[in-house]
Amino acid sequence: MAKRIDVSGLNAYYGNFRAVEDISMTVEPRSVTAFIGPSGCGKSTFLRTLNRMHEVVPGARVEGKVMLDNEDLYGNGIDPVAVRRTVGMVFQRPNPFPTMSIKENVAAGLKLNGVRNKKMVDEAVERSLKGANLWNEVKDRLDRPGAGLSGGQQQRLCIARAIAVEPQVLLMDEPCSALDPISTLAIEDLIGELKEQFTIVIVTHNMQQAARVSDRTAFFNLSAVGQPGRLIEIDATEKIFSNPSVQATEDYISGRFG
Amino acid sequence: MDTPDTAPPQDVPPSKDDLLVDSPKGPRRGSGTSATVPALAGPQRGRGKVRIGDRLFAGSSRGSGIVLLVVMAAIAVFLTIRSVNAISHDQGNFLTTFEWNTQEGAPLSFGIAVLAFGTVVSAVIAMIIAVPVAIGVALFISHYAPRRMAQALGYVIDLLAAVPSIVYGLWGALFLVPHMLGVNAWLNQYFGWTYIFGQSQPGAQPRSLFSVGVLLAIMILPIITAVSREIFLQVPRMYEEAALALGATRWEVIRTSVLPFARSGIISASMLGLGRALGETMAVATVLSPSLLLSFHLTDPGGSTIAQNIATQFGESQGVGRDALIASGLVLFLITLLVNGGARLIIARRKEYSGANA
Ligand SMILES: Nc1ncnc2c1ncn2[C@@H]1O[C@H](COP(=O)(O)OP(=O)(O)OP(=O)(O)O)[C@@H](O)[C@H]1O
Ligand SMILES: [Mg+2]
Repeated sequence: MAKRIDVSGLNAYYGNFRAVEDISMTVEPRSVTAFIGPSGCGKSTFLRTLNRMHEVVPGARVEGKVMLDNEDLYGNGIDPVAVRRTVGMVFQRPNPFPTMSIKENVAAGLKLNGVRNKKMVDEAVERSLKGANLWNEVKDRLDRPGAGLSGGQQQRLCIARAIAVEPQVLLMDEPCSALDPISTLAIEDLIGELKEQFTIVIVTHNMQQAARVSDRTAFFNLSAVGQPGRLIEIDATEKIFSNPSVQATEDYISGRFG
Repeated sequence: MDTPDTAPPQDVPPSKDDLLVDSPKGPRRGSGTSATVPALAGPQRGRGKVRIGDRLFAGSSRGSGIVLLVVMAAIAVFLTIRSVNAISHDQGNFLTTFEWNTQEGAPLSFGIAVLAFGTVVSAVIAMIIAVPVAIGVALFISHYAPRRMAQALGYVIDLLAAVPSIVYGLWGALFLVPHMLGVNAWLNQYFGWTYIFGQSQPGAQPRSLFSVGVLLAIMILPIITAVSREIFLQVPRMYEEAALALGATRWEVIRTSVLPFARSGIISASMLGLGRALGETMAVATVLSPSLLLSFHLTDPGGSTIAQNIATQFGESQGVGRDALIASGLVLFLITLLVNGGARLIIARRKEYSGANA
């Protein structure tokens, strides 16, 4: 199920503006990799290059290689739509489809994949909602609108929707930043469980969160506003938080904690 | 890895803040909090001081509302009285008579059936043609066309929506009607078995309800397109991205997030168009050769619509004859009311799924 991601020499542009520069890194399968760094350093941009969501912004383009196991996501003849079915994504703001019920939301990806069998869909919905620790809260109201849930529940619904199609990799862009501490904890626990099955990449501004959930941490920085963001270092999370090899990382982390 | 030797930006804001607070020019923070907190938290805030602006606004909006209601009621009373007067003088049956004799001198005999039929049929034809095309064009402009082209097209559509209906009418009579001859012959040949596209006199002038429907479709296309395009552009980006991230193709994005989100807006846009089609007068009068025959051969010349009938008959009618026309206008008003009510019901039925509260 889970696959390794190997990025080499990746640049991402918005029009003529280079947002991230020359990134190379490896993301291990069945692990959680956290991206940290100051605002505007290109974490989201880089994350979105990993499932070819970057290019949906008009004028945006990517240079470089992203290997998913042995397949170059930016190779010739690779269909971005197929890539996005393999690499799922959860966004910063919970975005369940407002016109769909809870069940329809979870089943949306399956439907796109052509799964019509009602029994299979029902099973997948239940499995995904259980996987997202949401089943007990919503099992009696699967036909109610997804937008009627609380923010934390909506975000778990989005996670359920993303894992329902059984992706190889799950990308999460600040999935807890709009949530209260309890919902955040629920999602962090969930990430711990999901990494048994998926390769997970999570962007976060919360250092404690990065330290709690991730196995490896990547620190990004930019030299000045208007300059491209770069990867400063990536290492085991304990190492980054106790003894980073680069001074800038230490400054950033200690600055955060005061 | 190569390390740019920069201080992380996180360090900067606190030091800046300290500077601000310490500097003689910047005591904003301290005084701001102490001044605003009691004002906001004060108990008198709940009832509030009456502000003159609020009062003026409340008074004037209430006043306008009342004036509007009074005017509406007066119109309704006027129309109803005159209609009742006309119908009580009707020698025929207002619902079933297939005539409209309201000229002076002749005995009054008129019925609404043919007119209502023509109105509804031509509007339905117009909607069947216009709504899908309008949605397609609007989607093309909002989601497929390159930006330049989308802008140009949007501009043209807005322009077309502003063309007066008599211009469409002239174009319909001079250009569309002659060209409908071939269309009617083709329809008669291949779809004549449906009855509605069969012709009782093949080759007759296509001044028919069907031609009127086509013309009305062209007329209401721009307004439906313009409104739908606005709505499609307002679908929040995050729902489209949600679909994209699940591996949706462009069409699937439209189907899963754009169209459902825009559903009630599309209905409203269509209602705008339908209102125009139901009430259209000049364009219909220019194209149709009116007759008081109720025929389901839609491509046969003849038929009449309520609005067109009022325009054609008004000059020749006097007194009660005019009241008869008013009665037909009241029926048109009722039809519009029914249609709008129906649309509202459809929108309200799935309100909680509308995305309005998301
Ligand atoms: N759609 C866009 N068009 C143009 N420039 C963009 C766009 N999105 C982001 N950028 C620019 O790219 C750079 C990186 O932005 P990005 O959103 O990736 O940062 P980030 O690290 O995710 O920040 P944050 O932590 O605030 O989310 C920024 O300079 C930003 O202004
Ligand atoms: Mg971001």
